[in-house]
Amino acid sequence: MTTLHINGEEKTFDAPPDTPLLWVLRDVLGMTGTKFGCGIAQCGACTVHVDGKPVRSCLLPVSAVGDRAVTTIEGIGATDAGARVQKAWLALEVIQCGYCQSGQIMSAAALLASTPHPDDSDINAAMAGNICRCGTYVRIREAIKRAAGEREEAKNG
Amino acid sequence: MAKLDTTRRGVLATGLTGTFLFAFHLPVRAFTEPEEAPDSTQGKFAPNAFIRIDRTGKITLVMPQVEMGQGVYTSIPMIIAEELDADFAQVAFEHAPANEKLYANPMLGVQATGNSNSVRAWWKPLRTAGATAKAMLVEAAAQQWKVDPASCTAANSVVTHTASGRKLAYGQLVDAAAKVAPPKNVTLKDPKDFVLIGRRVKRLDTPNKTDGKVVYGIDAMLPGMKFATIEASPVLGGKVAQVDQAAAMKVPGVEKVIVLDDMVAVVGQHFWAAKKGLEAANVTWNDGANAKVNSAQIWNELRAASRKDGLVAKQRGDAAKALGDGEKVEAAYEMPFLAHATMEPMNCTVQLKPDSCEIWLGTQIMARVQSTAAQLTGLPPEKVIVHNHLLGGGFGRRLEPDMALKAIRVAQHLNGEPVKVVWTREEDLRHDVYRPVYRDVIQASLKDGRIKGWKYKVSGSSVVARWLPPAFTGNHDIDFDTVDSAVDTPYDLPDFRVEVVRCEPPGVTTGFWRGVGPNNNVFAIECFMDELAKKAGKDPVQFRLDHLHGSPRHQAVLKLVAEKSGWGSPLPERVGRGVSVQPSFASYIATVVEAEVDHDGEVRLRRVTCAVDTGIAVNPDTIEAQLQGGLIFGLTAALYGDVPIKHGRVQLSNFNDYRMLRIDQTPPIAVHVVKSAEPPGGIGETGVTAGPPALRNAIFAATGIPLRRMPVDREVLAGRKQA
Repeated sequence: MTTLHINGEEKTFDAPPDTPLLWVLRDVLGMTGTKFGCGIAQCGACTVHVDGKPVRSCLLPVSAVGDRAVTTIEGIGATDAGARVQKAWLALEVIQCGYCQSGQIMSAAALLASTPHPDDSDINAAMAGNICRCGTYVRIREAIKRAAGEREEAKNG
Repeated sequence: MAKLDTTRRGVLATGLTGTFLFAFHLPVRAFTEPEEAPDSTQGKFAPNAFIRIDRTGKITLVMPQVEMGQGVYTSIPMIIAEELDADFAQVAFEHAPANEKLYANPMLGVQATGNSNSVRAWWKPLRTAGATAKAMLVEAAAQQWKVDPASCTAANSVVTHTASGRKLAYGQLVDAAAKVAPPKNVTLKDPKDFVLIGRRVKRLDTPNKTDGKVVYGIDAMLPGMKFATIEASPVLGGKVAQVDQAAAMKVPGVEKVIVLDDMVAVVGQHFWAAKKGLEAANVTWNDGANAKVNSAQIWNELRAASRKDGLVAKQRGDAAKALGDGEKVEAAYEMPFLAHATMEPMNCTVQLKPDSCEIWLGTQIMARVQSTAAQLTGLPPEKVIVHNHLLGGGFGRRLEPDMALKAIRVAQHLNGEPVKVVWTREEDLRHDVYRPVYRDVIQASLKDGRIKGWKYKVSGSSVVARWLPPAFTGNHDIDFDTVDSAVDTPYDLPDFRVEVVRCEPPGVTTGFWRGVGPNNNVFAIECFMDELAKKAGKDPVQFRLDHLHGSPRHQAVLKLVAEKSGWGSPLPERVGRGVSVQPSFASYIATVVEAEVDHDGEVRLRRVTCAVDTGIAVNPDTIEAQLQGGLIFGLTAALYGDVPIKHGRVQLSNFNDYRMLRIDQTPPIAVHVVKSAEPPGGIGETGVTAGPPALRNAIFAATGIPLRRMPVDREVLAGRKQA
């Protein structure tokens, strides 16, 4: 049996150690918010946080996670950056089909947590690994800037 | 209950002149018949197939079209709620069940979402449905107050008696309204009185898409569920040769290996086990008759076909004679196969029991999934229950039932347990139905800066002939989609002829791909217009304006996009602006792409400007979003999209070789929505059509190189290869 710390809870399950975290989340634990897109870390749909850093869960063997804290889309709203990103995403109506957006939001939340005032090149570097087939990139860029700005408003206010 | 007066035929007659239709295929009955309504009507006011209001005032609207990102689960509720005068905050949506009689698309004649026509097709029927329900609620209130219904008004889900100020909320009127006879005729609102339509209303489907709560087909979870993945023959028509079942069964978590004649499935405790098991099975194939099919052969056959005379899809004047008048210009344009690559890979969950089949998936064709599943299982259709979901992208891929049929074939070898069959991305890319390869040959004559004769010949596969054969045979073997936007080009072309040559590629199944026929035809026509403009010594925008006297709405958007894009202002070296104009999907659109081409042939997008007149803009924010996204979808194809075939096999593996545009390559995109009182046009596919010709013309302007094949060939742009 393996135990992982996911969204502040301990989850214990049985799966071969080479099983990627993605499939433990989705098929073993039934946490389907994290998405399968390519299986080779090319699209970013499966992005989760491990100790706050964005990771492609489709290639991360569950045995390599250890005691580190896993955060998924189901839990990201509990973080300051995650909540701001979710709010900005809806305010600017970023989402279309939405399938890639769990990964987009996870990447954007990690960016804002590490780089509170990202410029365009920071956004490019952090988000270029996330494919959106609906082409919501223009709004993703705007929404990240808006989410960053809200932090300022909160501080100044 | 009496039928509403707006039958499908009535709808057709009003909105769709000049478009090829499936009119012969349409059911003749009215579109709302309450005795056929689903169970969700229990204890509710359910005046038709679309509206349920409960005693708390909650309004549940049944969605006849599916949501795949295009915003239809907001625009359709807006249309109904507008005429219903509903409080939009109390509106929720529900997926329609499979039911061709109740939910067939009035323009398509089948229960399908496609061709960018959801709003166009349902505009009148759903406004009528909303207005009828409102009239019944008002009547119920008036009866209670013993006043004339005409002395009452409705707004925000409340009926008010104007003189006395008495009020009753819709929730309070549910039981009484259910007993009211629906009016035979209702008056629809004057668009100037719209309170919802035209506003940037927040989407109803997006909040759950930010926190992992949304459930796509791939997220279906059932007790006792098994997980499977499949490998189908990599060559169309091939058969399984050998399978190492023992090796597959050794993989931890693998429970079963299912070997069918043209497909192998591995079933396990989770997808990972199934995937590893399938790899271990090391399936080999007898390729069959298509073993030698390759891209070169397909192109040779298409080019040969394009030299034949075609069937005449449309003509006026005397094109042959006019082509002899002035300088003759000819060009041929070639378009590649394209895969859909929806972000949600193909998948389907099935629970098959001796007397029932339950299916969970996201599909654009609810009723067809049901009917084809019934055929495959031998069950009566009513024993096949299809649960639709929000779609993780459709783009035409989910107009096919293959993912459901393959999953059923897996379930046929289980003992009634639910099984979720998820395709790898590799399987998804290699077993798509591909946008056809096309070759378009255009001839025109130029005299005094004007086009005299015009002959357009499109050669390629007919998707409609496979997908809806009566629509093909019933139209004299001319696929209306293949010639869409070619037969109705907005340019002034008095001597005009459009021909079509059907040519089916060997070993490749073709399908509808977002933007469908117009993608090909608008590309060829708009590229050619730029080449003609250059020959005539005219500016590309001015040359188009000179030929748009018959279409003031096109003139207006073209002038607007020229202004907004800074058309004509100086640009650095190797940077160009390109324009395109299109009539597609009943929207009037002009687009300018600004792009830079470096000496190595690499293309950088700098800026995109788009002007759109789509008639009444139901939700302007969605229209902007669809154009922004559609442009990226189209530009992605122009820059990267190709599906090479070798040894009968699609030579693609994953996003590493079927590339997508990413955020760091995405330019600013400005969309200008023109105010209009005309009926709404289509929007979901328009950006896809707009991007490639505008980009190609920008490259032409930047380099002088007239690319005539897609995708963009960097070798040609770098001067290392002839165009």
